[in-house]
Amino acid sequence: MDFFLEVLIGGLLAGVMYSLVAIGFVLIYKASGVFNFAQGAMVLFAALTFVSLGERGVPFWIAFLVTLATMLLLALAVERLVLRPLVNRSPITLFMATLGLAYITEGAAQALWGAQVHGLDLGIEDVPLDFGGLLISQFDLFAAGMAATLVLVLSLLFNKTRIGLSLRAVADDTLAAQAIGIRLSRVWVAVWAVAGLVALITGLLWGARLGVQFSLSLVVLKALPVLIVGGFSSVGGAIVGGLIVGASEKLAEIYAGPLLGGGIENWFPYVLAMLFLLVRPAGLFGERAIDRV
Amino acid sequence: MLYSETGQFSTHYAADRRLFRLRQDRLGLGLLLAFAFAAVPQIGNDYWFSAILIPFLVLSLAGLGLNLLTGYAGQLSLGSAAFMAAGAFAAYNFLLRIEGLPLLAGLALGGLVAALLSVAFGLPSLRIKGFYLIVSTLAAQFLLPWALVKFGWFSNYNASGVIGAPPLEVCGLDLASPAGRYVLTLGIVVALAFLARNIVHSELGRNWMAVRDMDTAAAVIGIPLAKTKLLAFAISGFYLGVAGALWAFTYLGTVEPHGFDLTRSFQVLFIIIIGGMGSILGNFLGAAFIVLFPLLLSNLAGLVPGGLIDPGQLENIQKMIFGALIVVFLIREPEGLARLWQHFRARVRRWPLRY
Amino acid sequence: MSLSAAPLLELDRISLSFKGVKAITDISFAVARGEICALIGPNGAGKSSLLNVINGVYQAQQGRVCFDGEVRRHMRPHHAAERGIARTFQNIALFKGMTVLDNVLTGRNLKRRSSWIEQALGIGRAHREDDVQRRRAEEVIAFLNIQAWRQSPVGTLPYGLQKRVELARALAAEPKLLLLDEPMAGMNASEKKEMSRFIVEINREFGTTVVLIEHDIGVVMGISSHVVVLDYGRKIGDGPPDEVRANPEVIAAYLGTRH
Repeated sequence: MDFFLEVLIGGLLAGVMYSLVAIGFVLIYKASGVFNFAQGAMVLFAALTFVSLGERGVPFWIAFLVTLATMLLLALAVERLVLRPLVNRSPITLFMATLGLAYITEGAAQALWGAQVHGLDLGIEDVPLDFGGLLISQFDLFAAGMAATLVLVLSLLFNKTRIGLSLRAVADDTLAAQAIGIRLSRVWVAVWAVAGLVALITGLLWGARLGVQFSLSLVVLKALPVLIVGGFSSVGGAIVGGLIVGASEKLAEIYAGPLLGGGIENWFPYVLAMLFLLVRPAGLFGERAIDRV
Repeated sequence: MLYSETGQFSTHYAADRRLFRLRQDRLGLGLLLAFAFAAVPQIGNDYWFSAILIPFLVLSLAGLGLNLLTGYAGQLSLGSAAFMAAGAFAAYNFLLRIEGLPLLAGLALGGLVAALLSVAFGLPSLRIKGFYLIVSTLAAQFLLPWALVKFGWFSNYNASGVIGAPPLEVCGLDLASPAGRYVLTLGIVVALAFLARNIVHSELGRNWMAVRDMDTAAAVIGIPLAKTKLLAFAISGFYLGVAGALWAFTYLGTVEPHGFDLTRSFQVLFIIIIGGMGSILGNFLGAAFIVLFPLLLSNLAGLVPGGLIDPGQLENIQKMIFGALIVVFLIREPEGLARLWQHFRARVRRWPLRY
Repeated sequence: MSLSAAPLLELDRISLSFKGVKAITDISFAVARGEICALIGPNGAGKSSLLNVINGVYQAQQGRVCFDGEVRRHMRPHHAAERGIARTFQNIALFKGMTVLDNVLTGRNLKRRSSWIEQALGIGRAHREDDVQRRRAEEVIAFLNIQAWRQSPVGTLPYGLQKRVELARALAAEPKLLLLDEPMAGMNASEKKEMSRFIVEINREFGTTVVLIEHDIGVVMGISSHVVVLDYGRKIGDGPPDEVRANPEVIAAYLGTRH
């Protein structure tokens, strides 16, 4: 039983890491209806920029701020060069544009900073803590704390600031928001920049765990099933979805993995998500849209 | 007036059904095919066959498969490579385990297995729309290659999951030479392209486009949505499966499941974005671009003195250019190279007049 | 045109709500064979929802639909089309990437017998059937006078023409019942006159029963033989145009004196 709990908690905490990527998705999806496949590439770009600055002797906070500024520039460029020309196009077109964007961002990150693996030490030791017999990773707890802080900051941002209010207005009804004078382009830049911040934090946490390297951009693939399970339009859904995917993935790996010969964690979340699609297409927290004709 | 249309009227509906309405177009296609089948095997060299022409043809076929599903029926898929893998490994096993099975029959059976799997992963399309579907197709992308590696039976217990090509023989004709493999691939690709052209001009093709453009209206006029979508998955899966088998047998000779990873699926998707969605010709243009462009780029890089651009950097630059091209095409020419070709043709038809 | 005794369409106490909001409450009425029936009422009265219930786009929570002798709790769009119900939409629902001819041909998809394999290989009855389909489509195109735009992608056509193409697509199915959701919305007077003539012609020429939603009372009174008035999801009037025009409740709803 203790072992089961350990696996479950380990899975839940790993799920928090998935949720982080998924939150970046949800933000952009809500504000601009774009399914941003480039979120993974942004994670890579942010982490690589931060680490490379650090290796050149730039202090932590300055590197953090410079990377953040870079992500803001990226957001500006994306709005001007990709989103604005593609306004009013189909969601599938926008999605494919973000595939192109992912290629550009990955290529640029590696062209600028090289393709070798960088170590990243955030000063948190990855040793398990003993909670009355349960071993829980200290690093995972830290990551969960970071995620909680991030969600808190984001909800303050959305509920207490003007730009947050405009963002919610745009998410609710784009046309009505424009009609009352909200400038769409500014909201988009803001939301992409915030997604950039989320990408940076995700990149730091994932990078500290896996090393900063190309495979970071693949964390995007972990986020997709999370979104299906939790629904595309709710940050809370992204968190719960991440927890469900993380926990069930670990449990399946431990208990069903041996039967199938292991290595199932790559596809298990997708099969889980497929089942969700068949049973509850809008996810746990999404709303089913009614077609008006 | 090279392209005079004068006097070419359709006097029967049958005349409108033809591949091309204009005599010049029909003549052009005939000459092109005659050149490809008769002249190229004589004048081409092994490098051209193995490094350019065969991959071009196979990727065109894969693009065609995805285009039927995404460009015509509007169902987005990121799992093309998984169905290519399924086709390759299924064809390999049929030819390995059934004594005396003809090569073409093995390819067709491989295609059928891929078609069935494609339908299975297409089932969620009956309940969901748009990009939600990429999750289902990604499930195929991760599940199928995993199974092919995990279960040794699929690769006849080869330690690293590699399969080799069966004897390439059609009607007693040995086609194992590069020129032979080229002719075999060309024959299959041309035949399937004609078939695809007929399908998209038939009722089924119209139903696909109707579902793509507005599915509620399609249901209201009596188009059976489930059947139409699943047929798109099936036929697309068949084309991808045959393409995968050709990729393994006539292009590479040996192949492992990792050769059909997500990157390959993206490559096929890029072919149809650049070539033109909802176009048969576009697949060939897109595949030609994707095969030739890296060659062109590395040759250009070779011109830069002193080895300033190393291969790793070249790959990054190539990636950025591809990404940028995707975005530019989606913004400026969503119908891809095929549309540019039509513009060009329209000018030729008017030539020498300008208006 | 003689009207046979049994009505073609009969709605029996239909109620429909979205997430607890009532769109239609307890509506019953009958449409006789061969008549032109107009549904009128202010915006949000539930007219479009009612059409959606008739051909199965929405499923009513309560009530039954009886069409051509068959009683159903729920209609599905595909079944409705098979039974002979065709329609047009308030916001044009054409297939934008296809030509006018192809759009009209999709309307005939239920008249097709050969399988997709026969068609793809061009064997058996496929070509013969192709010719019949094409001829029928061309007849509809000629009837509605849109020959000149046959090969144009519908997305490039002006609004009024698109409305006509949509009507052509519905007509190509040779329906028994034609549902038209605001066929004249956004048209100027001469376009309206033309569209009205088409509707009357369709009714007279092919004997097609028509149910239409229209806001222009002049047009409604001019072409329809039966008017049903809805307000806030309820039926407040039902009868011949003259009778409905004199109904005090209808007058109140339109002039707003009731509130």
